[in-house]
Amino acid sequence: MLDPNFNPAIRVRGLHNRFGAQVVHDGLDMEVQQHEIFGVVGGSGTGKSVLLRSILGLRHPDSGSVEIYGQDVEKLAATDRLSLVQSYGVTFQNGALISSLTVAQNVQLPLREYFSLAEKTLDELADMNLLMVGLAPDDGAKFPSQLSGGMIKRAALARALALEPKLLFLDEPTSGLDPISATAFDELLLYLHTQLRLTVVMITHDLDTLFQTCSRVGVIIDGRMISDTLPGMLKNPNPWIQEYFHGPRARAAEMEAAKDGHG
Amino acid sequence: MSATLTDALALEPDGDGWRLLLVGDWSLAAMPRIEAQLKNLPAALSGNLVCDWTDARAPGISPAWALLRRLAETVPPVNVTHTGNPPHFLDLLQKLHVERHAAYSRQAEPTLERLVGKLGRWSVLQGVHGHGVIVFLGRIATVVGEAFSRPRAWRGSSVARHIYETGITAIPIVSLIAFLISVIVAYLGAQQLSRFGADIFVVDLVTIATLREMGVLLTSVIVAGRSGSAFAAELGVMQLNEETDALRAMGMNPIELLVVPRVLALVIALPLLTVIADAMGLAGGGLLSLINLHIPLPQFIARLRESLSPTTFWSGLVKAPVFAILIAMVGTYRGMQVRDSARELGRLTTVAVVQSIFMVILADALFAVLFVQIKF
Repeated sequence: MLDPNFNPAIRVRGLHNRFGAQVVHDGLDMEVQQHEIFGVVGGSGTGKSVLLRSILGLRHPDSGSVEIYGQDVEKLAATDRLSLVQSYGVTFQNGALISSLTVAQNVQLPLREYFSLAEKTLDELADMNLLMVGLAPDDGAKFPSQLSGGMIKRAALARALALEPKLLFLDEPTSGLDPISATAFDELLLYLHTQLRLTVVMITHDLDTLFQTCSRVGVIIDGRMISDTLPGMLKNPNPWIQEYFHGPRARAAEMEAAKDGHG
Repeated sequence: MSATLTDALALEPDGDGWRLLLVGDWSLAAMPRIEAQLKNLPAALSGNLVCDWTDARAPGISPAWALLRRLAETVPPVNVTHTGNPPHFLDLLQKLHVERHAAYSRQAEPTLERLVGKLGRWSVLQGVHGHGVIVFLGRIATVVGEAFSRPRAWRGSSVARHIYETGITAIPIVSLIAFLISVIVAYLGAQQLSRFGADIFVVDLVTIATLREMGVLLTSVIVAGRSGSAFAAELGVMQLNEETDALRAMGMNPIELLVVPRVLALVIALPLLTVIADAMGLAGGGLLSLINLHIPLPQFIARLRESLSPTTFWSGLVKAPVFAILIAMVGTYRGMQVRDSARELGRLTTVAVVQSIFMVILADALFAVLFVQIKF
């Protein structure tokens, strides 16, 4: 059975993914420890989203293995697979809220599917999850199209948290947000990370988010991953990493992080 | 008094207050059971209540929230404290609980006001819809009016594409259905008429029915199903992708680019399809007369000439452009109405097809009355 305290929470070994002649992952290894916030970065087209889809089992990798809590996701029986899926939460880049359901119904969707609960209880749980991500209970009655970008990201997070996962996958959680909303999202994530003792895997392009929240970073270069702590990564001699972490945008984010005493 | 509840909860008096023992599985998986037992807690608790988490296994956030919510409902309020290694997220939940209380302090509207409000909103919505239809017609008229002084606005290539998609590609299905329906009418008609020895009138039946009514009506219904839905879906997806907004932002008029070419194309394609359907219908009637009634083809054609008045063919065909305008306008209008969600797209596509078929049949009825009145 699943042991949510298994360490490492995620272990990817020798992952190969290719689309026709184009090789995206060429023996990628990745390990995510319990209770860390692991940031995945890489240039456009280096296969960050493909990596996430492979881990989530949405894409069958050409070769290699993906283990979550020590279970090989490819080899699980259907019932174990279901309990694995219920043990993590995912937010997609554009929120992927079901557009025909209200925000509250979106949050209740997995609860309704897996537990038979009274409407009143479901409403209260929706309230709780919305409050937890900093939305008002009133926002639950709105449809996704009535929400701003930042609220969509928060609502998606509320839905991801509905089944109380210990493991959270976030695909570009702050992309498309203004700096103030993005910073607020970073703070929310850090807060929930400590309060709920989450393990977080996050794809991000946002250097501020990276410096504010991540305890370790994995960089995808040439189909492989270089993982290190942030200070270690800053000293890495690889030219792409140097350029990424020492460009003008990175320097500003670094200074900001140093000032706040994070990172 | 010791009210022991099964499994998850046990309530015991404790000094001048209560002690609530939380036992067994308190994870999210046990939520339905916990929910039911929380409901059974006596409503009138008062004084101090101590929640003892010592024996609660793997406490989950949702059950803990349900517990907090339940204990907050007691009248008069109890003073709750937690002991026995309560879960780490309890502080967070208590903070959220205070925030929730603040958000909900406003009163809900009474039922009557809500009903009146609903009725009012519905009426306003109807008005808005009516206004929308008029504006839509006005915009089309404006574009068409302008196009006479600005030939580029006719968008010839776009019209040609839509003639191909709504007309040419519909030829096989329209032909087949017109042929089959007229065979069926001729066959059933022959069963009845041969009893009176009036076999030859099958020719009258088939030709008049096909040319006056069935050719154009069947074609219109098929086109409404094929192209009315396609128009609504295409424009609907463009609305959802903000493509129409992009066009407007570049100074282009979506009505001119998207709506008018479709209407024009259908106005051209539907009469042509109707002619094909008429021909196939007559062919079907002729074939059945030959095989079933042994009426040779020259005799069929001679009888056909006698049965037709000069207006029979035109009284069918003249309806086709009108039906085309109805189908194309309903389809495009519903498509342009799509907002926000995938469900709206599906709903409005359905509405487009149903309404355009209804409008076609309604218009056909009006034409029937009109033609009788003017003896067309």
